Amino acid sequence: MNSLKKLTKKQLFLPIFSMILVMLINVIYDIACGQAPLSFFTITIKNGVLYGRLIDILNRGSEAAILSIGMTLVVSSSAGTDISVGSVMSLYGGMCCMLLAGYGNVNVSEYAVPLIVGIGAGLLVTCVCGLFNGFLVAYLNIQPMVATLILWSAGRAIGLLLCNSQIVYVRVPSFQHIGSYIGFMPTPIIVAAICIVVATLVLRMTALGTYIQSVGINKKASRIAGFNSAKIILMCYVICGLCAGLAGMVATSRIYSADTNNIGLNMELDAILAVALGGNSLGGGKFNLAGSIIGAYTIQAIDTTLLALGVSTAQSPVFKAIVVILIVVIQSQPAKDFFKKLTSKKNAVKEAAQA
Amino acid sequence: MKKTKMNSNSLLLLITIVLFFAMYAAGCVVYADKGFSRLQTFMNILINNAGLICVTCGMTCVMLTGGIDISVGSLIAMDCMIMAVGIERWGWKSPVLMLFILVIGIVFGLVQGICIAYLDIQPFIVTMAGMFFARGMTAVICKEQVSIVSDKIFSFLSSYKISIPFGGYVNKKGILQLPYMRITVIVALIVVALIFLMLRYTKFGRSLYAIGGNQQSATLMGLDVKKTKLKAYVLSSFLTSIGGICYCLNTMAGTTQQATGLEMDAISSAVIGGTLLTGGVGNVIGSLFGVLINGTISTLVKTNGKLISSWANIITAILLCFFIVLQSIFAMIKKRNK
Repeated sequence: MNSLKKLTKKQLFLPIFSMILVMLINVIYDIACGQAPLSFFTITIKNGVLYGRLIDILNRGSEAAILSIGMTLVVSSSAGTDISVGSVMSLYGGMCCMLLAGYGNVNVSEYAVPLIVGIGAGLLVTCVCGLFNGFLVAYLNIQPMVATLILWSAGRAIGLLLCNSQIVYVRVPSFQHIGSYIGFMPTPIIVAAICIVVATLVLRMTALGTYIQSVGINKKASRIAGFNSAKIILMCYVICGLCAGLAGMVATSRIYSADTNNIGLNMELDAILAVALGGNSLGGGKFNLAGSIIGAYTIQAIDTTLLALGVSTAQSPVFKAIVVILIVVIQSQPAKDFFKKLTSKKNAVKEAAQA
Repeated sequence: MKKTKMNSNSLLLLITIVLFFAMYAAGCVVYADKGFSRLQTFMNILINNAGLICVTCGMTCVMLTGGIDISVGSLIAMDCMIMAVGIERWGWKSPVLMLFILVIGIVFGLVQGICIAYLDIQPFIVTMAGMFFARGMTAVICKEQVSIVSDKIFSFLSSYKISIPFGGYVNKKGILQLPYMRITVIVALIVVALIFLMLRYTKFGRSLYAIGGNQQSATLMGLDVKKTKLKAYVLSSFLTSIGGICYCLNTMAGTTQQATGLEMDAISSAVIGGTLLTGGVGNVIGSLFGVLINGTISTLVKTNGKLISSWANIITAILLCFFIVLQSIFAMIKKRNK
C-alpha cells in the first residue's frame, strides 16, 4: 500500500499510467474484434519496412515529440507558452521548399539549390523566429502568449507569401527520405530519437537544466544569484524555434511539399497538451522532459486508437477534450486536497477500529 | 501617480482610434476610384464583423480578469451547426433554436468557469479542451456542410436591410443607392453599449478590473474572486453564442471548419484595443476599434485586388507587434516613475 502511494506521487506516474490505459483499450478492442490479443504490439516487416500500430504511433508522433522538447523549456523558463510553433513549422516548409524549387516554381523534380542549403536556411529562419519571440519575452517583459501571437498570425502568412499562395511540390527522392524511410526504419523516429537524446544529454551533462528551472522558479532571485535570466529565457525560445524547425522538416518531407495552410495546424495545442500531460506545471519552474515526451506519444496513441475504433478525424477532438479535462482535473490542487481528505478519513476510521 | 496611469491607458486608446481613422482616411484617398469612401464600405466592415464584435466584448471581460478564452471560435462553429441542422434536419423553429443556443452557451461557460475558478486549472488548458470539444461536437452533429434555406424567420432576419437615409451614391444606371446595415450590426452595437455601461457602472464590472489588477488585494477587499471569475467566463460564452447567431445570419450555413482562428482575431483585436493580457486594463470601446482596424486592413487588401490575402495577416501582425511593444514601453515608464 505504502509503495503504491509512493508510486502515485511520482511525476511520471500520470503520463505512464495514461499511456498504459490507452494501450489496454487497444488490447480490449483487439480481443473484442476477435484478433490476436497482442496484435497492437506486434511489429512485422512488410515490403522491407517496419509495420505495426506501435511503429505508426512512434512515427506520427515524432513532430509532437520534437515540439514538446522546446515547449517544455519555454514553459519552464518563462511560465508561458509559445503558441507560434505550428506557424513556424509551416514557415519552415515555405522557406525550404521555396529555395529548393526556386521562387515561383510549383512542381519540380530537381533541386534549384543543394538540399543542405534549403534545410539550413529553413532552420535559420525558425531560429530567428525563436530569437524574435525570446527578445519580446525576455527583454521587453511581454507576456509569452501575446508575444508569440504575432508570429502565430504572421508565420503562416509569410510562408504563404514565399510560396506565392500555392502548394510547392519537391519530387526528389533524397528530400522525401527525411519523411519516409531509411532502410527499414521510419526516418521521423530517428530524427525524434536524436533530438531527444541530444536534449537529454545537454540538460543532464551541463548545468543548463538547473539554470532554466531556477529562472522559472524565481527570475529575480536567479538574477541576483548571478545568472543572466533574460539570456537564458532568450535561449529557451531559440531552442523552441529550432525544435519547431526540425518538426517542420519532418512534416514537410513527409508530404514532400509545402502545404503552408495545413502544415503544423493546431500542433501548438498538441505540444502544450503534451507538456501538461507530462505532469509539468504550466506556471513554470521544475520540468520533466521525459514526461512531456511520453505525453506527446500518448496524445498520438489516443489519436491512432480513436482512428482504429472508427471515429473520424473530425470527431476525435471530443474524446481528446474529455481525456484532457479528466487528466487536468485529477492533477488540480482542490482535487488533490479532496483525495487527501478521503484517504485520511479512511485511515482515521481504520485506526478507530483497531483501537 | 494616479493621473499618469490614467494618461497612458487613455493614450493607448487614443492611438488606436487615431490609427483607425488615419488608416480609413488613407484608404479613402488611395482607393477613391474603387468606392472605398462610400458609407456602405464602412457598413460592410460592420456587417462582416458583427459576430466578432460580440465575441471580442466577451473576450475583453475575460482578459480583464487576467484569463483567456480560446474556445470561442469552435463554439461559434458549433452554434452555426446546431442552427443549420436544427432548422434543416430536426425541423425546429429558429426562435426556439436561438434560445437553445444561448442556453448552450451559458452551460458551456458554466462548465469552463467552474473548472477555472473553483478547480484552479489554467484558463488556457481548460478553454483549449473546450475548443477541442466544441470543434469535435460540430462534426458529431453533422459532417457535411448544411445550408439554411427553409426557415422564413431566419431568412428574413438575415436579409432584412435597414436603410440609412444619408450617405448614398448614384450608381451607373442613375438610381440612388442608399447605404444599409443589417440587424446583426444593431445587435453588436447594443452589446458593446451594454458591456461598456456594465464595466463602468456595475459592481460586477468594477470587480473584474479589481481582480485583474491584483487578485490578492481584491480578495482582501472582500470580493468573491471565484464567483466573479465564473461569471466572466459564463458572460464570455454567452456573448459568443450571441456572436454565433450573428455569424450564422451572415453565412447562412454550418460547416465543421467555420470560424477557425476566430479566437485569435478576437484576442488580437482586444490587444490592439489596449486590453492587457495580464488583466486589469482594458476598454470595450478600444476592442470595438480593434475589430474595426482588423476589418479595415482586410478590406484594404481586398480592394487592392493584386495582393495575396495573407498580406492582411502580416499587416495585422505588424500592428499587433507595434501595440504590444508600445504597451510594454508604457509599463516600463510607469515602473520607473514608481
